[in-house]
Amino acid sequence: MKSGFGVFFAVVIALGGSWVGLVVGPTLQLGTAKQTTVLVSGDLWPQQRTGEATLGMQVYRANGCAACHTEQMRQDGVSFDVVLTSPGKTPAVATAVSNVLATLKLNDLDKEEADAAAGKITDLGGKVETHLSATGTDIKRGWGVRHSVAADYLYDAPVQLGNLRAGPDLANVGGRLADANWHLNHLYAPGIVSGSRMPSFKFLFEVRKAGAKPSADALLNLPKEFAPADGYEVVPKPEAKELVAYLLSLRADVPLYEAPFTPVTTAKP
Amino acid sequence: MNPADTNQVCSAKIDASCRVPLLALFGGAALWLVLGLAFALIASLTFHNPEILAYCPCLTYGHTLAAANNLLVYGFAIPAALGVILWIFARLSQAELVLPIVPVAAANLWHLGVFVGVATIFGGGSSGYTWLEFPRAAAALLGVSFVLVAISAVATFGQRQERELYPSHWFLLAALLWFPWIYSTSNLFLGSNHPVRGVAQGVINWWYADNLVFVWLALVGLGTAFYFIPKISGQPLKSRFYALFAFWTLILFGTWIGIPAGAPVPAWLPTTSALASYMLIIPIIAVAVVLVKTLWGAKVASFGGIFCYMRFGTVMFLISALMLVVQACPKHGSVLEFTWFGQAQVQLQILGFVGLILCGAIHDILPQIMSTELPFKKFVQVQFWLSFAGLALYIIPLAVAGVMQGNAVYDPAAAKVPLMICTSGLMLLLAGAVLLLVNILVMTFKWKIALAKSAYAAVTAPLESSEVKS
Ligand code: HEC
Repeated sequence: MKSGFGVFFAVVIALGGSWVGLVVGPTLQLGTAKQTTVLVSGDLWPQQRTGEATLGMQVYRANGCAACHTEQMRQDGVSFDVVLTSPGKTPAVATAVSNVLATLKLNDLDKEEADAAAGKITDLGGKVETHLSATGTDIKRGWGVRHSVAADYLYDAPVQLGNLRAGPDLANVGGRLADANWHLNHLYAPGIVSGSRMPSFKFLFEVRKAGAKPSADALLNLPKEFAPADGYEVVPKPEAKELVAYLLSLRADVPLYEAPFTPVTTAKP
Repeated sequence: MNPADTNQVCSAKIDASCRVPLLALFGGAALWLVLGLAFALIASLTFHNPEILAYCPCLTYGHTLAAANNLLVYGFAIPAALGVILWIFARLSQAELVLPIVPVAAANLWHLGVFVGVATIFGGGSSGYTWLEFPRAAAALLGVSFVLVAISAVATFGQRQERELYPSHWFLLAALLWFPWIYSTSNLFLGSNHPVRGVAQGVINWWYADNLVFVWLALVGLGTAFYFIPKISGQPLKSRFYALFAFWTLILFGTWIGIPAGAPVPAWLPTTSALASYMLIIPIIAVAVVLVKTLWGAKVASFGGIFCYMRFGTVMFLISALMLVVQACPKHGSVLEFTWFGQAQVQLQILGFVGLILCGAIHDILPQIMSTELPFKKFVQVQFWLSFAGLALYIIPLAVAGVMQGNAVYDPAAAKVPLMICTSGLMLLLAGAVLLLVNILVMTFKWKIALAKSAYAAVTAPLESSEVKS
């Protein structure tokens, strides 16, 4: 090709393809997303954050926590467990059911196996429930119960997915560590987790002379080696409280159409 | 005068026309490179003792690391690349730089933008989007300055006598077009008062990160290498066809990479990205073929000289692109995702591939535009070997850390040792960068003194002598 213009147009088309595909397309597909409904309960998801947590999102951004933490859970697939809810009305049925139970594999099944096992028990007159759960390394590690889905980020700005897990994933940290005081202590002195490699964020706190009565929000239960000198107390600044409110608002723990699972709490007696 | 002499006179004039803009671009770039590596070094201390940076609210790991990365790409790589592009275009066109004052002004605006951006990051004003941390004011400065330099480069390109395009033209023209496009798009979609909603932000951010760090740097690095390698080895680029093939496949497939597997987005996005990553094998092979065929039988005695920068840098591209392919394989990708391995790829792309090629080019161009030798010629070799050792001690441990961390399912303590080794690699890289900066500073200083002297001489010269001259 001799002319710069020829190159120019060809290049525009080749490069522009990805612009259409990865910028315009997703914006049209995802940019107009609305709240979805939670399976079973029918509540709307996600809920708008409180004002304090929204401010905390900016503290998280400003301090670059995303350099070490991701906010996106992965899952490989799902597995099924068959759970006996009632062994049957008569003792005869119950023994028959328990005999069959002993021969059956009930956990970690795929859909067909689960249906087959459940079928055998219900045929005898027992009652069972099939529980669905997500599988994968992130879930096995205890970080959450399902993978993250697009809807989880509806109210995030900026969306801070992160790309390195120098520390644990935080997509569901509010679900698994729900104690605000633990988070405050941890930000002040990550060393409370033994062998922690996380830097402390002491500048979000103020160490000051304690009055006759300790301040209402002074940190409690700091282990000895991190506690301030006698007569002093550690008080979180507003940023610290906002940040913790944000951390507690990070949850991916309700079943959605895109990420179904059987919540443990709904298994009513 | 024989034709060769006219050619030389002509080249000297062309080089002189590039002098001031290139000094402004390269000088700032070398300074930012030193600072960027210094901050990367400081950030890496966190893995020796997490508390080291914890007392200063400015210097937290998140700030220092973001500042380091931004300095390396926006501070060093882009202005250095722009300088190299201006010079290559002027040389290939056999024409003086058009509007040389425009890139001078643009270079200063650019460096101002970088300064504002990095200062804002330290102040906690980062935007929170990877590679787009700079605030709006800095982004606007960068965007405008880039377009200004591009105008001068394209106008110079328009002056060319030879209508046929050289392969480097393709790569570098595409780079001039692509940066303003991706930068304005992502800043408008993410940085405006009403950014797109929800996870679409993440998709655009991934697209930008890949297109900046992988595609844009590849266009610049390969375009530069394909100019210098034939020039230094005295062999023609073999072949034009393979080079253009690499170009087209790179921009067709490279631009779609970046959405990680399992991302919380509609499944077609990561699937497309993974397919595009596999296809990268094609440009990788094409570049390897160009390199091998061009250098086959070429005898270049270069023990750490500019030729080594170019050749080694191009090999680093092959490795960095292969690392992307590995990350896209489901088997390895699920272990390596979110680990240091990805960081190793990014740093290799910036410091190993483009960093070496641009430093080599600067070493080659500087003496020509200043029409004097480098003040410390030995530094060229020393910097090469420092960078070589530094890359080995930085990138390899980082990649190993990634594998260890992945195998240990993200146990934060898993990769302690390799992460500590990285610090020593960064020290060597930093030492190399300081040598480059010293060379540029001394050269600029000498040139300014000479300018002042000749101005002084012109003012104080007795009248007759000037009459004699004319
Ligand atoms: C240098 C990397 C690094 C940075 C920066 C960092 N963290 Fe951490 N974080 C870690 C590591 C490592 C752990 C695991 C050890 C621990 O729990 O202390 C961790 C653990 C955590 C945990 C506990 C999670 C769990 O499941 O146990 C929370 C919450 C957390 N970090 C929040 C934050 C916040 C908020 C910020 C920003 C203000 C931040 N981190 C910045 C490395 C980091």
